[in-house]
Amino acid sequence: MTTALSNTSLARRAWSIRRHALRMGEVQGQGYIGQALGVADVLATSYFHALTYRAEDPEWEGRDRFYLSIGHYAIALYAALIEAGILPEDEIKTYGMDDSRMPMSGMAAYTPGMEITGGSLGHGLGIAVGAAMGLKRKGSDRFVYNLMSDGELGEGSTWEAVMSAAQHKLSNLICIVDFNDQQADGPSTQALATTPEAPKWQAFGWHAQEIDGNDLDALVAAFDTARNLDTDQPRVIICNTRMCKGVPFLEERDSNHFVRVDPDEWANAIAFLDAHMPA
Amino acid sequence: MTDLAPGPNSRRKSKYAPRTVPDQKLATSAMIASLDAEGRNTVSAPFGNALIDMAKTRDDIVGLSADLAKYTDLHVFANAYPDRFYQMGMAEQVLISAAAGLAREGFTPFATTYAVFASRRAYDFIFMAIAEENLPVKICCALPGLTTGYGPSHQATEDLAIFRGMPNLTIIDPCCATEIDQATRAIADHPGPVYMRLLRGQVPDVLGEYGYKFKLGKAQMIHGGNDVLFISTGFMTMRALDAAKALKADKIDAAVLHVPTIKPLDVDTLRAEAAKTGRLVVTIENHTIQGGLGEAVAADLLRNQITPNFRSVALPDEFLDAGALPTLHHQYGLSVPAITTQVKAWL
Repeated sequence: MTTALSNTSLARRAWSIRRHALRMGEVQGQGYIGQALGVADVLATSYFHALTYRAEDPEWEGRDRFYLSIGHYAIALYAALIEAGILPEDEIKTYGMDDSRMPMSGMAAYTPGMEITGGSLGHGLGIAVGAAMGLKRKGSDRFVYNLMSDGELGEGSTWEAVMSAAQHKLSNLICIVDFNDQQADGPSTQALATTPEAPKWQAFGWHAQEIDGNDLDALVAAFDTARNLDTDQPRVIICNTRMCKGVPFLEERDSNHFVRVDPDEWANAIAFLDAHMPA
Repeated sequence: MTDLAPGPNSRRKSKYAPRTVPDQKLATSAMIASLDAEGRNTVSAPFGNALIDMAKTRDDIVGLSADLAKYTDLHVFANAYPDRFYQMGMAEQVLISAAAGLAREGFTPFATTYAVFASRRAYDFIFMAIAEENLPVKICCALPGLTTGYGPSHQATEDLAIFRGMPNLTIIDPCCATEIDQATRAIADHPGPVYMRLLRGQVPDVLGEYGYKFKLGKAQMIHGGNDVLFISTGFMTMRALDAAKALKADKIDAAVLHVPTIKPLDVDTLRAEAAKTGRLVVTIENHTIQGGLGEAVAADLLRNQITPNFRSVALPDEFLDAGALPTLHHQYGLSVPAITTQVKAWL
């Protein structure tokens, strides 16, 4: 899966991830669809450009680890795991149902490819620190990716992990921050996630990149830089993303943490995507 | 000038009441205090040395500390195996999270700090990153209960109550050097997460002379007796044994049942012993009366229609004083004379 695909293909992957997520949202009539649509390009680049994995063996020792710290983004990761062939597409209709392998908040025990139980925010990066230490102990050259949100930048535990990763020279750790400037009570930048963000990480000893997280070319370049860096620093890619990206009538809605979608709008959103399928 | 009124349960004096120099001066018991003045042989750093011994044959054993390796006896392991030791700094959340990550990658991490910090600062991380996924992280913590004179910041008087509610977590409160050595090896073999209370430094040996062998999840009779059944855990089993010996002078025959595994409780042994008629049952623990061994045993017995004359020796539901441990243990009822006086009153 490390074969570089054209950006056109990545656009198609991102489109599919968005479509899978919308279909899941339609099943429940709810879901963190704004985040899923916003982070789809990041996940497409992760699963179809950067990560090494075997779809048929999600726990293969030779895989890159991908941690979802933000449990409520599960809908987005399920969509990516479906697109990657790790989860079957026909389970979309079980999303959030009793006995589903795809509960509303991501948990490791439920879902193949869901490496950790997220949801109590500010946990993923610390676990990733330990996993990166463990991979180095084993002499593995694999990476640990941790996808977190801008809201998690407010958790003290995140900064304990940030300091720890630099202290232990975890060059095999790549943190991805989905910076959509929305958390439960409003804009993250009006809570604790003050900008500029990258200089903070740099001051803590990290290699930091800040990019447009909905620009596939920029994402590919940033992931390549992070993976090929010739230093012993941990790496962060701060991805500025737009909530609901890819579905204009939702993008224009007053963006907030839990986007309200009317019952008929799910089908409208899917219809819009279907009319705009990338090559 | 105002003075905050002491809480309804506090025995504390006003900070504005002048004090006089006491007749008998005892120094405040330090954070590195060992329980070494009990007239018993001691063993140095049994926890750290057991780890060193296991590490000879087990590559999966790693140690982490949050700036308290010296005060948890992990430093001897760190010196012996520097490349297997992770100094995580004064950061308990990443201490625990990183231990979870190492366990995910196949290692058996021993994470050490003080009991107050593991239970109070890192709870959510232990709960979600470790226990929810049943990862084999061993959280081994010094200064359990009342084992320092530094006051509530360092006295983990409620750690058992905090942790008992956590599913999957095994909880161990070992008595002495022999048991710490054996329990450290046993928990390394246990496939799930463990919280273990530690005694550090020169640790008294108590159970060695009884030919005791620690078994995870098992309560064991140290010796029998017909008038009183002490059900004790941690170093309070040492006090229970001494109290039983002292009570002989009053022709009181006390049995001692040692319960090192607080969770899961060995309910079969507890029910069988407590159901034997004619004995005063007394739980003894180095922990607040709220939510520790006493409440766990009482609830199980009552749920099973076993209703002996039941009493508990435990710390009060208060923020405890600073001072010297012998003073504090006596003041709060954990000393041998305090226990024997109390038992005679109950009989």
